[in-house]
Amino acid sequence: MKPEYDVIVIGGGNAALCAAISARNEGASVLVLEAADAFWRGGNTRHTRNMRCAHDAATASLSGPYSESEFFDDLLRVTKGQTDEALARFMIHESKSMLGWIEEQGVRWQPSLGGTLSLGRTNSFFLGGGRAMLNALYQTAEDLGVEIRYESEVTDIEIEGGHFHSVTVGAERLPARALVAAAGGFESNIEWLKRYWGEAADNFLIRGTRNNRGTVLRLLLDNDVREVGDPTQCHAVAIDARAPKYDGGIITRLDCVVFGIVVNRKAERFYDEGEDIWPKRYAIWGRLVAAQPDQIAFIIFDASSLKLFMPSLYPPISAPTIAELAGKLELDSSALEETVAAFNAACRPGTFDDKILDDCSTEGLSPPKSHWARPLVEAPFYAYPVRPGITFTYLGVRVDKDARMTMNDGRGSANMFAAGEIMAGNVLGEGYAAGIGMTIGAVFGRIAGREAARSALS
Amino acid sequence: MNELAFLRDTVGSGPAGTAGSSAQHATPALAEADRLMTVCNSCRYCEGLCAVFPAMEMRRSFSDGDLNYLANLCHNCGACYYDCQFSPPHEFSVHVPAALAQVRTESYAQYVWPRAFAGVFARNGLFIAIALAVAVAIFIAGFVAWTDPGVLFGTHTGPGAFYKLMPHNTMVLIFGAAALFAILAIGMGVRAFWRDIGEPDGALRDTGSVWQAIKDAGRLRHLGGGGAGCMNDSERASNRRRSYHHLTFYGFMLCFASTSMATLYHYLLGMQAPYPWYDLPVVLGTLGGIGLVIGPIGLLHDKWRRDPDLSEGTPFGMDVAFLLMLLLTSITGLALLVLRATPAMGLLLALHLGVVFALFVTMPYGKFVHGIYRFLALVRAARELEHP
Repeated sequence: MKPEYDVIVIGGGNAALCAAISARNEGASVLVLEAADAFWRGGNTRHTRNMRCAHDAATASLSGPYSESEFFDDLLRVTKGQTDEALARFMIHESKSMLGWIEEQGVRWQPSLGGTLSLGRTNSFFLGGGRAMLNALYQTAEDLGVEIRYESEVTDIEIEGGHFHSVTVGAERLPARALVAAAGGFESNIEWLKRYWGEAADNFLIRGTRNNRGTVLRLLLDNDVREVGDPTQCHAVAIDARAPKYDGGIITRLDCVVFGIVVNRKAERFYDEGEDIWPKRYAIWGRLVAAQPDQIAFIIFDASSLKLFMPSLYPPISAPTIAELAGKLELDSSALEETVAAFNAACRPGTFDDKILDDCSTEGLSPPKSHWARPLVEAPFYAYPVRPGITFTYLGVRVDKDARMTMNDGRGSANMFAAGEIMAGNVLGEGYAAGIGMTIGAVFGRIAGREAARSALS
Repeated sequence: MNELAFLRDTVGSGPAGTAGSSAQHATPALAEADRLMTVCNSCRYCEGLCAVFPAMEMRRSFSDGDLNYLANLCHNCGACYYDCQFSPPHEFSVHVPAALAQVRTESYAQYVWPRAFAGVFARNGLFIAIALAVAVAIFIAGFVAWTDPGVLFGTHTGPGAFYKLMPHNTMVLIFGAAALFAILAIGMGVRAFWRDIGEPDGALRDTGSVWQAIKDAGRLRHLGGGGAGCMNDSERASNRRRSYHHLTFYGFMLCFASTSMATLYHYLLGMQAPYPWYDLPVVLGTLGGIGLVIGPIGLLHDKWRRDPDLSEGTPFGMDVAFLLMLLLTSITGLALLVLRATPAMGLLLALHLGVVFALFVTMPYGKFVHGIYRFLALVRAARELEHP
């Protein structure tokens, strides 16, 4: 059967669309297979807001330069060295040209105005957010003649000796000359998460799409493609426990950890809430809460902090006393009173300033609160229940600089390429730096599309 | 997942347990707008699109006055609907343009003077149609009753030709009274709006804010979706609707300038209408009239093509009624210009004057007020956002 398409792209987010556009620009005929319908298209890209790219000078939307070496240092710090250095440096170098390339695809940037993290120098923000970015990419792809099929989940991939032949969608077998897999991680597949996390995974909330079930990743790994990354590593933050199971997105985020204390179901504190400024600690709390009984914790603060952080979707639970608050949270009220009393007693006087690492710390308390420690005394008292919110997983397929998948025997696949979450683990062994998921998707998406087209047309 | 009561309890009354900042709102539309602003305020992805979101970010809770202000600041460009990851069918069901359009329409009724007219916004198309029919009928009947048929169906040219059908002073009296009434009624609405949104004294004397608002309104900056244009029939942005609105607005202003110029000619220079085609009042009026034909037709066309999801909450009858009134004004005016030296002039003049009269007296009771409240909202936004 003669392939109707040069390149098939599985997925419909940033990485997939960058790959499709780039392959089409090389002259290939391209089919995009998106599992979601037109509204839900784009996987986790819908929920993103910005992209981290190196740049030599300030621009209309970036407040200052961000060199390749600074970017690499940031990556090294957050991953604690768990990265493929050559590939990471290559990606960071390529990220420089992404700012212009993405704009050429119709995406618009905006200056960073408000929001949680101070990223105005390092990260480029999409005007209107990730869905606006996605809409622009889809329009460009459509105008270029890329064929896009929605509600087309790939259920099988025919691979022979590292050579891709076809994909199966429903009852249809679709052959092509090259494949780009950009179908995301496996974070929405609770059963798969349970292999590593046990029953605790039942209590995880998935911040993004319900479609990232890892079907394509599984098919590739089962067909001799080399695996990369620790299966337990992922981007996970503590989000409001009242958030929906899927697609709660950015608005269930809570930025008040540093203003109060965080206790588990035993009403005990378990980590230094004031260890470092919030943007640097934002992404550790998901794992911290995941390690607590029933995977739930409670951020407790008093009236003096209520207006110090960005508002979030759900109102905090409030009560006139700590004991009554404990009652509402189904915590042991004397235990919570004791924890709060011990914390209050340990707070040393200082000058509170949430913009810097201030001198308000606890003394003789374990775990300590190193900064912003102020006694919880002003009624009413407030609480946000939090659960681990998984953004995406890092387990993926091994790729090289051409975004070409590496097979288990160490050779590159003839015609299979990958981009986005499905190969993020090559760069992200652990940890996270805001906006880097989109960098991985766009940089490797563009390369994967180009290389897939060249492979198909050669 | 283990069952915890506070997780089972719905937090708020909105979709997926979302709640607004306050339980106290005068109408369900205001409660929904509060719910959405609370969602949006915890996201803020749209802050680069227009002034609504930056103004929202200055607040943590939303009173009815705040929401009426934000609703009138919204230009309904639609960008935030297509850009939102939480728009329907997402369970958070965020549709800001629809919710704010509904609040906006309700606010017109809330501020109307006299209060007895509050109901006309609910069936605005019908109300405007009746007002138009009555006005035109009275003018035609008046012309027929008070004018000799020979004069009504005669051919008149030269200075004062129109006044053979209706004395100049009568015309001034009728239209002056209608205009004064409209100005009074709109002024009372402005006062109610300004008080409701809790704007402190002085904003309108802050020339920087007023000038910024004039520039923003004059360019329809916030109908630009942050630069790409506004959405209408699909998620593809374009500046077409904005251009049609410019033709309509500047057409209207040119017609206004034409009338003002003619008044000066009459009283200062002692020159009586009709004026030759090359004279300033006619040139201004003709150019304005052409804008007022193309603009409203374009806006009506876009309205028909608008994505049904996006038109939700928009008062179709009110919008269409105002556009048709403007279109009728320009068409009858241009017809009068072309046929003024023929026997058709008499009835055409009655028709045109009837339409213009109806336009004047219904101004405080229809879509026209959107421009007034939006401009004031822009002044306030310029002031509180310090002229960004």
